[in-house]
Amino acid sequence: MSAMPQSPDRPRPAVPDAAPAPAATGGRPRAWRAVALAGGLALIVALPFCVKTFFVFQITLAVIYAIAILGLNLLTGFNGQFSLGHSAFYAIGAYTAAIMMDADIPYVWTLPAAAAACFVSGFLFGLPALRLGGLYLALATFALAVATPQLLKASFLEHWTGGVQGISILKPDAPFGLPLDSDQWLYFFTVAVAAVLYLGAVNLVASRTGRALIAIRDHPTAASAMGINVALYKSLAFGVSALYTGVAGALGAIAISFVAPDSFTFALAIALFVGLVVGGVGSIPGTLFGGAFVLFVPNIAEHFSKGAAGAVYGVILILLIYLMPTGAAGFVGWLRRGLAPRSAPSHE
Amino acid sequence: MELFLHQVLAGLATGGIYACVALAVVMIYQAIDHLNFAQGEMAMFSTYVAWQLIQWGAPFWAAFVAAVALSFAAGVAIERIVFKPIRNAPVLSHVVVFIALLSILNSGAGFIWDYQNKNFPSPFGSGALFGQTLISRHDAGMIAVTLMMLALLHLFFRHTRIGLAMRAAAAAPESARLAGIRVGWMVALGWGMAAAIGAVAGMMIAPVVFLEPNMMLSILLYGFAGAVLGGLTSPGGAVLGGFAVGIIENLAATYIPVVGRELKLTIALLIIVAVLVVRPSGLFGRAVMTRV
Repeated sequence: MSAMPQSPDRPRPAVPDAAPAPAATGGRPRAWRAVALAGGLALIVALPFCVKTFFVFQITLAVIYAIAILGLNLLTGFNGQFSLGHSAFYAIGAYTAAIMMDADIPYVWTLPAAAAACFVSGFLFGLPALRLGGLYLALATFALAVATPQLLKASFLEHWTGGVQGISILKPDAPFGLPLDSDQWLYFFTVAVAAVLYLGAVNLVASRTGRALIAIRDHPTAASAMGINVALYKSLAFGVSALYTGVAGALGAIAISFVAPDSFTFALAIALFVGLVVGGVGSIPGTLFGGAFVLFVPNIAEHFSKGAAGAVYGVILILLIYLMPTGAAGFVGWLRRGLAPRSAPSHE
Repeated sequence: MELFLHQVLAGLATGGIYACVALAVVMIYQAIDHLNFAQGEMAMFSTYVAWQLIQWGAPFWAAFVAAVALSFAAGVAIERIVFKPIRNAPVLSHVVVFIALLSILNSGAGFIWDYQNKNFPSPFGSGALFGQTLISRHDAGMIAVTLMMLALLHLFFRHTRIGLAMRAAAAAPESARLAGIRVGWMVALGWGMAAAIGAVAGMMIAPVVFLEPNMMLSILLYGFAGAVLGGLTSPGGAVLGGFAVGIIENLAATYIPVVGRELKLTIALLIIVAVLVVRPSGLFGRAVMTRV
């Protein structure tokens, strides 16, 4: 049944792919790009010294969510597989980090370990997922998301996971005697990791492998007729996607310095999914918007009305979808087309 | 053996709840071709409306009919107001709007009626059926109502013109439009019917689980599971799937030692995924073929 007519695993091409995006800016004068880049870098570096500590912490979390959403986007946006279960990979990453730090292993080493653990579990989960398309895959991943907190609480794992209590870990301090408090240091650490991961994602999508993933999304049958090993690439996409989300989970555990089963419920999976769609399915820069949305909009909603925060959140979400049905990335693309000089080709 | 039988009967009782929800899930799937995550919250909200009417002194069945009618109207209104303007948006955006609706209804119900558990009366009474302690009169009544809805739906979809038009609109919107069917209104009608069935399900379930804004969250999960297990294209399969999930859940909790109470849900879901891997379109669903 792999291709039901409505299957949600086929994001409409109205969303511009991120692959051509970096190239598209090439038309602008070089100097402007350099200035924008330098300005952006300066802003990123200056930010933690200009705002309150708690806000630095929040920005860090938003970047972490953005990484997790990027992982989901690699799977859904570029490979057309649908997942409501990424909270599970986030949890695996977070628990890997927490358990290792509990055993006095330096936090830097937890990231590669979380990445490896999640890549393997994602790849393995991707194998049975091959048989399922669209809604059925959504349900299977949904089951994974629902099962995760229960498994983490299960008595036979309690020795490692700490059961319902979870695990508390120490927030790392800045190394080399840098004059930063731990929140500022974690901000820089997270941003650096995110930069590496984003570069990796951009290159992956632009590579031969990325083109294979996109071909599978657009037309699985044609892709396999062209000699692409669909099963392998789909499982790989699951693995890489889980890897990104898992690293985000590990960073999240370090930043919050606490893990507990109830932080990784289905609500997290939903939040990541919402972030994916409002950012723009199939857009790499859009994930940053998604991360910020996931973190800040529930707080804004609570600001409006404490009692009915959920209702306000829902209304904001609906208005956002009205305004930009294809997410922030689609909206920016639409603006750009609208504002571009007439001589420019109209499609980019 | 007696333990086994008891567990199966207890499973049937809870399965009745899931079957009810699964039927509503399949109903909307027939109309709009995707799963509606807000379905459970819509049912919950309808149940609150019925409860409020009963509080104001309406007799049960009057409140029941009024709630079903209001839900039908609200379902149509939601489609017309919320979904019609974004008809051309990608499917994933629609799913996000479902999530938004869920959030609005859940938090709205909590805001209006607070989060305290409320007792919802049962029209069938709560005593045991035939002196059997496992299936109460209410459970039996609920199962009967579910089967009755199933029969009505079957008649509606198979033997009325409008039922046929709705199926056509869901299966092949463009061809249906060319054949003179008003596809937009068929979709709205599907939403209305799903909301009405959800309202019935909610009112049947509420006496068992108590009325509160989060009552449907886990039940909807099982309902989805039942619907997918039975096959999303088959209302009868969905009902059977719902019962099966109830029974599987109970048996797994009893007979698989590691599982116990805490992993019940996990096991039920695992079994469903296993079934899906073997039979991707569910036990009773049609396999959908596509031409390339």
